[in-house]
Formats: sequence, structure tokens, C-alpha cells
Amino acid sequence: MSDPILLVENVEKSFGALRALGPISVSLKAGERLGVIGPNGSGKTTLINCLTGTLTPSAGEVWFLGRKVTDLAPHRRARMGLARSFQIPKPFTGMSVLENLLVPLDHLHDVADPRARAMEVLASVGLAGRAGHEAGGLTQLELRKLELARALAGRPKVLIADEAMAGLSDREIDDVLAILERLNESGVAVIMIEHIMHAVMRFSHRIICLETGRLIADGLPDAIANDPLVQKVYFGEQARH
Amino acid sequence: MTAKTSLMTAAPPPAAARAPEARTLVFCACALAVLALGAVLTQTIANPYVFFAAFIIVQQVALATGWNVLGGYAGYINFGATAFYGAGAYTGAFLLKAYGASIFLCLPAAALVGGGLGLLMGYMTLRVQGVYFAIATIALVVMMHTLVLNIDYLGGASGLALMPPEPPAWTGGQVQFVFLVMLGIAVLAVACARWIEISWVGRGFRALRASEEAAECAGVPTFRLKLSACAISGAILAMTGAPLVFYASFIEPETVFGLALALNAIAMPLIGGKKSWPGPIIGAVLLGSVQQAATITISSELNILLVGVVLIGFVAAAPDGILGLVDTLRKGRQ
Ligand SMILES: Nc1ncnc2c1ncn2[C@@H]1O[C@H](COP(=O)(O)OP(=O)(O)OP(=O)(O)O)[C@@H](O)[C@H]1O
Ligand SMILES: [Mg+2]
Repeated sequence: MSDPILLVENVEKSFGALRALGPISVSLKAGERLGVIGPNGSGKTTLINCLTGTLTPSAGEVWFLGRKVTDLAPHRRARMGLARSFQIPKPFTGMSVLENLLVPLDHLHDVADPRARAMEVLASVGLAGRAGHEAGGLTQLELRKLELARALAGRPKVLIADEAMAGLSDREIDDVLAILERLNESGVAVIMIEHIMHAVMRFSHRIICLETGRLIADGLPDAIANDPLVQKVYFGEQARH
Repeated sequence: MTAKTSLMTAAPPPAAARAPEARTLVFCACALAVLALGAVLTQTIANPYVFFAAFIIVQQVALATGWNVLGGYAGYINFGATAFYGAGAYTGAFLLKAYGASIFLCLPAAALVGGGLGLLMGYMTLRVQGVYFAIATIALVVMMHTLVLNIDYLGGASGLALMPPEPPAWTGGQVQFVFLVMLGIAVLAVACARWIEISWVGRGFRALRASEEAAECAGVPTFRLKLSACAISGAILAMTGAPLVFYASFIEPETVFGLALALNAIAMPLIGGKKSWPGPIIGAVLLGSVQQAATITISSELNILLVGVVLIGFVAAAPDGILGLVDTLRKGRQ
């Protein structure tokens, strides 16, 4: 329980002259709920892109399950159990909701009945009724749930949810939060990137705050909420909106 | 409020479940029936012109199907189908000239050459996106064309006339025999395309066409899949070219690497529909028949113009081809 399953060591990412991230070091324990907050453009998505392998860090290392994965392709990390959902949903249009979940299951060898597994996951997020529908024709909430369901199909060890609740109503937020809570109770570590403060505060065991790519705070939700630096860069900005 | 409607809508059962094994059996039976029909025709139709024309149409089917593996399933538009077709044709010509090889040896050899060429092209160009990939495929045709022009053994610009070996007696003649071989290639190509489509490979292609990033993060090895598409497509296209010298007893770079063929390879799947295997067949049979009828009356330049106009029409008005139109109509009626 004490060894981190996911570890970021002095990771940096620059786009040309812009340093979008780091240097930053973060660790995640098995079964932990980690909230990631920070103003727009502070590097949250860039951080998880480095974790999942969509981006290769300019410097630093990423470790997953005790293995150095810095140069490992995203699909290899996904198969190891590192799953993510996208800030802007990216459904596999042109196929059914059920088939969307079969895509990750196709590449795992320890799933006896992929269709049954896919239906089980769809039921757990409340999408069973949509199994046969074209993925492109879903509502915003359903798309968010599909993002989660597809990430969960292969029983990941870590789920990274990038603003999984953006654009949803309060009731829908509760709906998604309940899914993530149940998931975490089944042992999956969750990284929640979120702008919706009450949701991150309620969900997380621990929260980190980024600003211009740097880690400016790391602690319990209460401590983060009362951290003057966080209040200045984050809540200050939120207040202006 | 949209969420509420979604909760109330009753669930239709997942569609794909209707015994895929049964459908595959039907498909295999049809494939065998097509081959048997071809064999029967060679025995019953006396006029050899029929087989000269039918060879071309069946060749178009194989060409369209081969092109579609990369262009339709993986979504990478290949302007260089003739680079592979030509590589196959000249592999056949070389083996025939050097060793008097049988067509049955030329086919796997051409497939190997085409597959290798596809891998090479994929490895060098797949990392570049969109239009640059298309340009690279055009460059490949120019390279292959130039290569052949400079190899005297292959006849250079003036081409190569060769005498193919005697066909098996039961086939009734050279053109009947080569027609049957081409029919076999087309059936094989379609079977291969269908397998891709209904298997995890096709699902991977559809996923990466929707979002390469999401597919990769869902565990799909996108680069390797695209590379396979290049190799399979290249192998089929090259195999389609291999019988040419057996058919015409003559082969020249201008036709083999010509614009007409490259344009056809793109036009046929686009006309029929790129998403599923019947599309390229429909497009190939339609366009192939029209062209067969038209080449007697109009010039080949006019032919290219015709294909170009039809192509633009479909790209603008029906990007999913005839099958896409049928689909829209059916949905509209519901
Ligand atoms: N592919 C890219 N190329 C160039 N710049 C990029 C790229 N991706 C992100 N950036 C820049 O890096 C910075 C961090 O972006 P990132 O998307 O990580 O922020 P974020 O914290 O996720 O913001 P948001 O809350 O708006 O999602 C921004 O300035 C952004 O413009
Ligand atoms: Mg972001």
C-alpha cells in the first residue's frame, strides 16, 4: 500500500519555447484518490499526457507498477492498466457503444467473454440501454459516461479522469461522482482533474495544485482549500469568472 | 433534458450478434460459387473477347479491394496504387523472362514484393499526416517508374514482349486461364478484406479512424496496425498486377504506372463505398463495365476526364459512396 504505483520524477515538457510543465514530481499510491487542480493552461492535461504516453517528456522519468515507462508507447501502458478519459470526449464514432468497449478488450488476453464484460461495465455506468446505439449520437452525459466505461473495460489499476464532469448539471455530476467512488472502492486508484471545486474537494484524499506547469501545493483537501497560494492563483482566478 | 430521453428510450439488443459464423459460411459458399461459375463460363462461352473484358473488370475488383484496405479501412488515401500494381506486374514479367516461371510462382513473389514495398512506404511515411502521405505515395510511383525505365533487362521505356507458357489444357485457352486466375485473386482479396472488417483488426482501424489518440490510449497499437494495412494493401495490389504479362504478352511502363489506373483505384471504392467490402466491388463493376463499353467509342484521355468528373461528384455529394447513399435513404424512411 505504501509503494507508489505511479510516479513522476522531475518531468518537464516544453512546446518550443513554452515550458508547459515542470519540472514536477508526483506520486500516486494504489487505491488513492488524487485530485489535480489548477487554472486553465496550468499543465494538467499535459501532465497526464506525459503519464499515458501521448506526449514524451522533454526531461524526467515516469514509473508505473515499478517499471520505467517513459519511452513506452501509450497502448502498452494502457494494457498494463493505465486508463484515461479525455477532456473533450473522443468516442469511436461509426460503431456502437458496445463496440467502443470491445476495442480495448480486443487487446487483452485474460478476458474470457469480452461482450459480457463490456455489458457489465456499461451497466455499471448506466449505459446498458445504449449498447446498440451509434456512439456518435449520444448526449453529453452519455458521452462522458462512455469515456469512463471505455477506460474501465479492461479493469485498469489507475484511472485518470480529465474533467469528466465538465459541462454537466449538478445532478449529472453526482451521477459521475458516484461511479468514480464505486470504482475506487473496488480498488482502482483515481486521478481526478477537475475545475468543479466542490466535486474534487468531496472526492479526493489528496489534492495537488498546478500553476504554469509547477506544483504549488500538495496536501489534504482542507489544507489545499485554505492554502493562501492556491487561493491566490486558483480561487482568485475562479472568482473573476 | 436530453439525458432524460436517453433513460426512457428502450434498449434495442446489440445488433452484431446474429451468428457471424453462419454469415461466414454463406460468404464462403458464395465465393466458391463465383469461382465455379467462372470455370463453367470458360467452358461454355466461345467468344474470347468476353474474357478479355471480364479479366479487366475482375482486375478492377481486386485493385479496388486492395486499395480499400489502406484507403478505406485505415483512412490513408494512397495515390500510388500503380507503384504496387506495377511492381507486381514487373515481378511477373521478370520471373517469366528469367525463368519461364509459372503464374502460380509469380503471384506469391509479387505479393512478397508488394508487401515489402508497402512496409517500407508505411515505415517512412505514416508518421507524416494527411496531404504529405498522399504526396509521398505519388513520389513512390515516380520512383518505381524511373527505376523500370532504367532497367534494360525489363525493356525500359519501350516495354517488354514475352511469350507466356502454355495454359493448362482444360481451361480452353490463355485468356480463359488468366481470367480464372484473376478471379481467384479477386475472391482472395475480398475474403481478406472481409476478414479484416469483421475481426478485431477492422475494429482497431475504425477506432483509429475516429481518434488515433483515443485508440492508442485504449490499447490499440495504431502504428503497427497502419503498417499492416500498408503491407496487406501493397501485397494485394502487386498480386493483381502479376498476371498482366500473362494476359497481354506485353508490358510497358506507360500503362502500368499510368494515371488512368491510379485514378481508377481511388475512384472505385469511393463510388461504391469505402466502409465495407461490397463497396469496392460495386464501384469496380460499375466503373469497369462503363469503361469497357466506353473505350470502344471514346479516347483514353476522355476516359480519365470521365472518371475525374464522377470522382469529384461523389466526393462532393456522396462521400460514403453508393452504399452510403443507400444507408441514408433507408434511415430516412424509418
Ligand atoms: N500540443 C501543444 N502544443 C503547444 N502548446 C500546447 C500543447 N498542448 C498544450 N499546450 C500549452 O501548454 C499549456 C498547458 O496546457 P494544458 O492543456 O496542459 O493545460 P490544462 O491545465 O489542462 O488547462 P485546461 O484547464 O484549460 O484544460 C497551455 O499554455 C497550452 O496552450
Ligand atoms: Mg486540460
